[in-house]
Amino acid sequence: MPPLTRWYVRSSFLYLVATLVTGVWLAARAVWPGSLPGSSALSPIYFHLFMIGWVTQLIFGIANWMFPVYTREAPRRSERLGSATYALLNTGLLLRIVAEAGVAGAGATGWRWLLGGAVLLLLLAALAFVVNTWGRVTGK
Amino acid sequence: MPTLSIWFVRTAFSYLVLGFTFGALMLANKGVPFAATLWRLRPAHIELLTIGWVVQLALGVAYWILPRFWEGPARGNTTGAYLAYGLLNGGIWLVALSTWLGLSPGLQLAGRLAEAGAALSFAWHIWPRIVGREG
Repeated sequence: MPPLTRWYVRSSFLYLVATLVTGVWLAARAVWPGSLPGSSALSPIYFHLFMIGWVTQLIFGIANWMFPVYTREAPRRSERLGSATYALLNTGLLLRIVAEAGVAGAGATGWRWLLGGAVLLLLLAALAFVVNTWGRVTGK
Repeated sequence: MPTLSIWFVRTAFSYLVLGFTFGALMLANKGVPFAATLWRLRPAHIELLTIGWVVQLALGVAYWILPRFWEGPARGNTTGAYLAYGLLNGGIWLVALSTWLGLSPGLQLAGRLAEAGAALSFAWHIWPRIVGREG
C-alpha cells in the first residue's frame, strides 16, 4: 500500500471515530436537552465528518492504490498533486468544522471568511483528485 | 478496466465535482450570505454525492473487480449492468432537478423508482458473480 494511501486510510478511520463520537453527542443532547454543550452546527458537522472525512477520504485512498497505473514511469500520475489533494481535503474539512462551529456560535466576521477559505480548499481538493485520477480510468 | 466501469467511474467523478460545487456555493452563502435561493440546492447536493458519487463508483468498481466466469463471456450477461447505468443516472437527474427547481413531486418519485430499478438491475447482473474460490 503506497504511503499516501496509508495516510488516507488512517485518516479516514480517525474521522470515522470522530463521526460516531459526534453521533453519540447528538443523541445524548436529544436525550438530555440543555445538559450538554452544542449548537445547530453539530448536525452538518456530523454529516460532513462522515461523508468527506470517512467515505470520500477512504475512496480517494483506495483509488490512489488500486486504479490502473497511469504510466510505468508515473504509476499514480503526479505524486505531488496526490499529496496536495490530501492536504486540501483535510485542511478544508477541519477548517470547515471549526469555522462552522464559530459561525453558529459567535457569528463574527472572521469565522465567516474562514468558512469561505474552507469552501475553496474543499473544491480544489475535488478538482485535484479528478484531474490526477481521470487518466487512470482507462481500459488498460 | 472494462468500458462500462469507465463510464460508471468517470460519471461518478463528474458528480463529485458538481456535488462539491453545490456544497461550496451553499457553504459560502452560509459564511457571507449573498443568495438565499442557494439553499434549494441542498437536496440535489445530497443526491449527487450519495447516489451519484458513492453508489455509482461502487457499482463501477464492483462490475470491474468482482469474480469473472471461466467459460463464456467473462462478466456473463451484462444487460442488467448497462440498464443499471441508464436507470441510475436518469433517476439521479430526475430527483436532483425536481427538488432544485421545485417541480412536481411525481418526478422525484419517478427518479427514485428509476434508482430502485437500477439497484435491481445491477443485482440481477452481479448475483451470479458473487462466489467463493470453490465456485
